[in-house]
Amino acid sequence: MTSLRTFLQAFVLLVGMAAAAVAGPYEDALPRFAADSYADTEAAIGAVAGSGHGQSLSLVEALRDERLMIAAGQVYIRDAAGKFVDAATGQAVEPPAGAKPVRVNNRVRRAIEAALGSMTLLSTDAGTRLDAARAVFRSRDAAALPALEKAIAQESDADLRNALESARAAIVLSKPDASSSQKLAAIEILHARGDQDALALLSSLPPGTSADVSEAAAKAAEGIRSRLALWSAVQNVWYGVSLGSVLLLAAIGLSITFGTMGVINMAHGEMVMIGAYATFLVQEVIRTHAPGLFGASLFIALPLAFLVAGLIGILIERTVIRFLYGRPLETLLATWGISLILQQGVRTIFGPTNREVGTPAWMSGALELGGLSLTYNRIAIVVFAFAVFATLLLVLRYTSLGLYVRAVTQNRRMAGSMGIRTNRIDALAFGLGSGVAGIAGVALSQIDNVSPNLGQGYIIDSFMVVVFGGVGNLWGTLVGAMTLGVANKLLEPYAGAVLGKIVLLVAIILFIQRRPRGLFALKGRAVEA
Amino acid sequence: MSAPVTPTLLYLDNVSVSFDGFRALNSLSLAIDHAEMRAIIGPNGAGKTTMMDVITGKTRPNEGTALFEGSHDLTALDEAAIAELGIGRKFQTPTVFEMHSVEDNILLALKENRSPFATLLSRRTAQERERIEALLERVRLTAHRHRKAGELSHGQKQWLEIGMLLAQQPKLLLIDEPAAGMTDQETADTADLLRDIAKTQAVIVVEHDMTFVRDLDVKVTCLHEGTVLAEGTLDAVSANERVVEVYLGR
Amino acid sequence: MTMQSVLDRQSIIVLLLLGAAAILVPVLNVAVDPASPFHLSDHLVPLLGKYISFALLALSVDLIWGFCGILSLGHGAFFALGGYAMGMYLMRQVGPRGVYADPILPDFMVFLNWKELPWFWHGFDWLPFAAVMVLLVPGILAFVFGWFAFRSRVTGVYLSIITQAMTFALMLAFFRNDMGFGGNNGLTDFKEILGFPIQAASTRIVLFVLSVAALVGGYLLCRWVVSSKFGKVLVAVRDAESRTRFLGYRVEHYKLAVFTLSAMLAGVAGALYVPQVGIINPSEFAPANSIEVVIWVAVGGRGTLAGPILGALLVNAGKTWFTGVLPEFWLFALGGLFVFVTLLMPRGILGAAKDLWAHAGQRLKSRPISEPVSQAAE
Repeated sequence: MTSLRTFLQAFVLLVGMAAAAVAGPYEDALPRFAADSYADTEAAIGAVAGSGHGQSLSLVEALRDERLMIAAGQVYIRDAAGKFVDAATGQAVEPPAGAKPVRVNNRVRRAIEAALGSMTLLSTDAGTRLDAARAVFRSRDAAALPALEKAIAQESDADLRNALESARAAIVLSKPDASSSQKLAAIEILHARGDQDALALLSSLPPGTSADVSEAAAKAAEGIRSRLALWSAVQNVWYGVSLGSVLLLAAIGLSITFGTMGVINMAHGEMVMIGAYATFLVQEVIRTHAPGLFGASLFIALPLAFLVAGLIGILIERTVIRFLYGRPLETLLATWGISLILQQGVRTIFGPTNREVGTPAWMSGALELGGLSLTYNRIAIVVFAFAVFATLLLVLRYTSLGLYVRAVTQNRRMAGSMGIRTNRIDALAFGLGSGVAGIAGVALSQIDNVSPNLGQGYIIDSFMVVVFGGVGNLWGTLVGAMTLGVANKLLEPYAGAVLGKIVLLVAIILFIQRRPRGLFALKGRAVEA
Repeated sequence: MSAPVTPTLLYLDNVSVSFDGFRALNSLSLAIDHAEMRAIIGPNGAGKTTMMDVITGKTRPNEGTALFEGSHDLTALDEAAIAELGIGRKFQTPTVFEMHSVEDNILLALKENRSPFATLLSRRTAQERERIEALLERVRLTAHRHRKAGELSHGQKQWLEIGMLLAQQPKLLLIDEPAAGMTDQETADTADLLRDIAKTQAVIVVEHDMTFVRDLDVKVTCLHEGTVLAEGTLDAVSANERVVEVYLGR
Repeated sequence: MTMQSVLDRQSIIVLLLLGAAAILVPVLNVAVDPASPFHLSDHLVPLLGKYISFALLALSVDLIWGFCGILSLGHGAFFALGGYAMGMYLMRQVGPRGVYADPILPDFMVFLNWKELPWFWHGFDWLPFAAVMVLLVPGILAFVFGWFAFRSRVTGVYLSIITQAMTFALMLAFFRNDMGFGGNNGLTDFKEILGFPIQAASTRIVLFVLSVAALVGGYLLCRWVVSSKFGKVLVAVRDAESRTRFLGYRVEHYKLAVFTLSAMLAGVAGALYVPQVGIINPSEFAPANSIEVVIWVAVGGRGTLAGPILGALLVNAGKTWFTGVLPEFWLFALGGLFVFVTLLMPRGILGAAKDLWAHAGQRLKSRPISEPVSQAAE
């Protein structure tokens, strides 16, 4: 197969060279460019494209970029460096005096697009062929049909073949002289393609299309529409899960501190912010000292962010919060003050503007799955959020710290009288919660602006998640985060982003009033006391 | 629910409460007469506090009947409505308004219109003054009337709370461990006070202190695991084999 | 309750000081020669007026937090709603003097291609109507919000955070252009109030005096409320909510009543703020603003009524000074203030002063050995 293709290409090339030797359609067309009238130019493009001449591709490209020059009835191709080549012979020449570019308008540009599409359909480079197929699909230029047929015949790659066939279908469907059966086959292909472009084609048939074709097209369009609606719903759910993961990351640390100590750390968002800045610093160091490690920068940042945020958390607990035990409202105010100080501190050190945090190569790009487009960084965050959740679950279940934290959450006084040093547990739990916020910051640095205000946006949302899910219950936090994330994204198409958020806030306010202790509340006397 | 006509003041029948599978009250039945004093005893976790919670509307039972004066369904009313009906409650740890003066504590408890408008426009009348005077006298706090309640000793706070209960003029008083943290003399005085109150009003006393219960000299109900284990005079109840078993763990 | 119980010594001092301000500020501004060091320059008058409106806002927060234990982190919302009601009146007064010279529609509506006035803008061209709305809109919001919250016994930090969510939601809503309140630019470019040019020095003097009068009125109202039996119930709720309930008080009704009253006071403060500052926009709903009000109250001393006034004036004067001289450090100072006050001065300046006073008094009294003080424990 490959050898056949090589042979054919060689053949085409040979034919081209032969054509160049004698005056052919290419040479005939050249003077028409020199006329510099739009209609002549357009006609000449068609002739050049069909000529199979070796220069034709670079000529049309030059025309597109307004590098096709005319001087004294001769046509030249100017390259990017400004050197001139005779369009007829391909010889380098001195720049002629008074050269000016051939003018193009939108009509000409369309012709150029179509010509380029058909000429590159037979390129050896698969990427070029795909681009060409797409260009033809858009232009629906019947002139490309022969080249297209040839390309389809020799195409081995299934995806490319699909692209070429749908391009052919697009042409056939808008060609008045195509037969009904050809058109029906084309509709079939477009239906299989099933995207927005296919839908546009099917719903704008040229006038004079026969009734059976119109009917088939309408049916196919309907099919595509419902499939697209389904995909877009799934896509929205995915966005919701992705937002839910962000909320989960931001809220899960708060859930631990609020659960054990019953205090709201208003500086929790700032711990997230500090984690994001830790990522920024790690990347800065890597950029200057070890650029090769950039792909691993996030993994280096994770433990660092955990440590920095965790230590700051323990410091806050030891110096401020423990003196406010039993006064949750004052704790709220004091931690708010701390959050202001942290924000201003970061602003003073790093400046008030956004800091650039890079995305490692393995996290850029997207996974196309049916009608879904899942960006790798979102996938990474979802996976990461669940990993953090699972780790915390294991830590709380199987380590002694976890046992103590759970004991204090359920009944502080009893835990204390069992010999658990509750205030040490408080400090550690606070450090743990803050550290988790820090690693959330590493993840959020990938999707949010890293600025001193990064954390502010998360405190209300995080609290809503914790309260909605039920205090002191990690599973509740998970369900809360996912519910709010998905609900938010499902509301957005109907209510718009802002109104959707308002609706959700109001819904949660009402919910808290109905079930003040959340979905998965601890029950019993210990809680009442 | 069809209300059985009962002559009793408080009527609990088959009341059950459970928290997450733990049965705090298990088919509890109890009847208290007008102007009767009843002592409730029982080990920790017997359901004494939960029973009080049900009577005062803090906790809703999962099933069962709780009637006051034969017609008021206590399971359908909130704390404030039940207090208005004439049920007063003293907590285990004395709960008074620490930042208010002793006098104001009593004033707030006086049986009067409790709506926001009424309190906003109320002026202290001579009659009120007299009642406060009498109540302060009765709980022996006249000398401390201008002090903040938070500055009182533990025993004084207990008495202030009883005074506040009396100010409500309730038909039924629920008193949780009145003798806790009191000196012997205070305990004896408290018993006297309660006996005096019981002449006109019904009283339920929850108490651990057996000497105190003996001092009260009233019918005793022993709770265990949320249900009535034995009822009768203290001697009869103490002689009950199952009570002995529960208390001594035999 | 007697007149005497409303006007205690502290109240008399507060009223005298405020009265002095109401007289001194106009005198120093108008009657004193501009060259004299005692002259109060024109731009300071609306600044002081702004402080006074903040003091009224702080007073409203203290009424619920200091006396009933309800920590609202969303009182800025009521303030802003009152401000918007006033702003709508001022907007209608602009008339055809706007950039687009539409006789009815404010500029932003013309800009949005609106053809007619939205229904909720009707009536605001008449000051008495706007004044009623200044009270009603915050009052109704507080009533509805409180009815849900207090009935289901949402308390403590939960209540604080949902009040914050409330103001946050309102902020998002008011940022939207199609809400009809000018989007993120808000309402501004006012021309006159009751026919008087709003920028004129004389108007500003009058607005200042009116603000002081409103503050005095608000103070007396709060004094009356807290010294009544109603006020004693509030404190009872603050200190022992369930005890109050078991005494037969419907705690939720009390909370609802005082919360609504407080929201109305905050609305009045907002209405006084807007003409003196010349703009109202959605950033007034920002949660951070509401939390800042709480610190004014805490600094001055909560539960004292005089404290929040003192705190609002001090902190805002400090803010003006800092943002002029050391703008970088203002947030450090404010943050530090939050930590300092909650940790070391939980009763604020007035509370600390009272403690000092009592301490000194006791020492003085205990020196002559003879009589035991009636306060001493037995």
